[in-house]
Amino acid sequence: MHYKIDCGALRYLKVPQLLRGYIMFLNMSLSSFLQHLTNGISLGSLYALIAIGYTMVYGILRLINFAHGDIFMMATYFAFYAMVTFLLPWYISFFLVIVLTTLLGILVEKAAYRPIRNAPKISILISAIGMSFFLENLATVVFGGRPKAFPAPDIFTKIIHIGSISIQRLTIIIPIVTFVFLLFLLYLINRTKSGMAMRAVSKDYETASIMGVDVNKTISFTFGIGSALAAVGAIMWGMKFPQIAPLMGVMPGLKCFIAAVIGGIGNITGAVIGGFILGIGEIMLVAFFPNLTGYRDAFAFILLIAILLFKPTGIMGEKISEKV
Amino acid sequence: MIKRKVISTLVVLLFLILFVLFANNYLDSYVVRILNLCAIYVVLGLSMNLINGFTGLFSLGHAGFMAVGAYTTALLTMSPAVKAQNFFMMPLIKPLDSISWPFLPALLLAGLLSAFVAFLIGAPVLRLKGDYLAIATLGFSEIIRIIFTNTQNITNGALGINGIPSTTNLWWSFGAAAFTVIIMILLISSSYGRALKAIREDEVAAESMGISLFKHKVLSFMIGAFLAGIGGGLLGNLLGTIDPLMFRFMLTFNILLIIVLGGMGSITGTIVSAFIITIAGEALRFLDETMDLGFVVIPGIAGLRMVVFSGLLIIVVLFFSNGLMGNKEFSLEKIINKFKKKPLEEGGSK
Repeated sequence: MHYKIDCGALRYLKVPQLLRGYIMFLNMSLSSFLQHLTNGISLGSLYALIAIGYTMVYGILRLINFAHGDIFMMATYFAFYAMVTFLLPWYISFFLVIVLTTLLGILVEKAAYRPIRNAPKISILISAIGMSFFLENLATVVFGGRPKAFPAPDIFTKIIHIGSISIQRLTIIIPIVTFVFLLFLLYLINRTKSGMAMRAVSKDYETASIMGVDVNKTISFTFGIGSALAAVGAIMWGMKFPQIAPLMGVMPGLKCFIAAVIGGIGNITGAVIGGFILGIGEIMLVAFFPNLTGYRDAFAFILLIAILLFKPTGIMGEKISEKV
Repeated sequence: MIKRKVISTLVVLLFLILFVLFANNYLDSYVVRILNLCAIYVVLGLSMNLINGFTGLFSLGHAGFMAVGAYTTALLTMSPAVKAQNFFMMPLIKPLDSISWPFLPALLLAGLLSAFVAFLIGAPVLRLKGDYLAIATLGFSEIIRIIFTNTQNITNGALGINGIPSTTNLWWSFGAAAFTVIIMILLISSSYGRALKAIREDEVAAESMGISLFKHKVLSFMIGAFLAGIGGGLLGNLLGTIDPLMFRFMLTFNILLIIVLGGMGSITGTIVSAFIITIAGEALRFLDETMDLGFVVIPGIAGLRMVVFSGLLIIVVLFFSNGLMGNKEFSLEKIINKFKKKPLEEGGSK
């Protein structure tokens, strides 16, 4: 099937990095490749869930919601306290977490973005950054700076064996949940009245408000849905990487924004595709080039800059012509 | 008119020298340290204001430029013996491990290197606009930090560098601040400065008036990075220890807070707010400590200071979106002119 080459010996030969990665790829058995692929898909699905929040808010307000990563972080803490302090069963806590996070998202929009919606873009961006730091520092003060262990229910973390690969149940559940939410959102946006209102507001909110669309309500609704998806992502993220800390939202937040840009910002299917590209790419980078592990976080940024330079509208984005 | 300008500048410089002499001799080391930080933040604030406030490029890459400056200065000024102590995991690469430069050439090289990095970053990225530019520069600053964490034989990786000679004193920091202010005033009042402001107001209009967008944007980006590199070098040699975690987005946020509070596009506003923010940052330390009000003891919560700070930023943006000065300048002349009796203006239509 494949040719075995001793990879240990390769270290002594000065084989170029890329070639070494390729040889490792040939060398890798099918089962370990599948193992990496499933890991990549489940990480990609998590990125996709959070990226949808970014892309929806950007689509409607043309604003990078810097606080989105921190809303995600707050959701993991809500889940932690619901399950550990209040000892609620997981299904009730997850429901509560989603409700609370949705409210938080709507509140953030009301407090930090609504009052300056017509101000210059730079002010809104600074307000978003301020909100992000506010939530991070608030979490440090209220929840404590030390990382906490996320209580993952056993039903999700049990390990199952399929053929020669063994994975957590979670690894399969995550992509399914993402897919279900994607279908639900596509239905919501393309087939329902509130979806139509969202599309109208994102095209031109002044005209939409003349036509009788309640712009404030639509924007709140968008923030609510984005935050609810962030909450779903946060719960699953907490179960997959069971350590939560006040600054945990920063990196996923930035990466998911990048995923949204790669897919074409404003486009939900694009955000999901971008999330998968980023997640699978990251896992495969570490799997094939183990000595580049330290550069794992740089991968996303390099991808972002490459996309911005060569196809700024992303994979699925529409071309926007500039009005003068 | 020009004579009066020169005289007032000289008077301000004289006052500055007297102030530094006074501070060096009569103030304790804690206050001197804060004053040093204030002056360094003036340099950093002005350099970021040049890019963000005067040219209107929303760049969030400042921490990266500072990191380049701080590491360059540290590696050039440390003595070979201290370097050998620091790099015990992996030796420092060849030419760097045996050289030890004086502070001034090291600072200048740090600035130039940062400007060079800015050129490499800016040439491709500066055609992006608004929030795309913000996220791309933020990405580059993170990439610089990640590279510094991983190149252990140059930067000592995550361990950071300790025992940097603490050369930065009030003369260096206030000297650099005065130098930066003078450079900024000269630049802003030149034709380049007007071109930068034109780009800020309307790119399309500026371009159609014959201003080369690319040239001016890259120029502003490089000068800003040069000054940021010098500021980073001063900061590293003031603190005595640097590591990659120091140069996270948090640092850029602090400088952003300064220029937003001072007013985007105001030199004097930035100077005032650099002092306000730095001194307030120290004064608000009581929030992190346990308070005893006599009848009730409030336990200290670490981090409350930063909550107040970020709340402050939101409030400033929401309610005083122009900051202290907007894009106006404070000047003695205007005040003098106000008190002088003005002759009646000539009639006729304007």
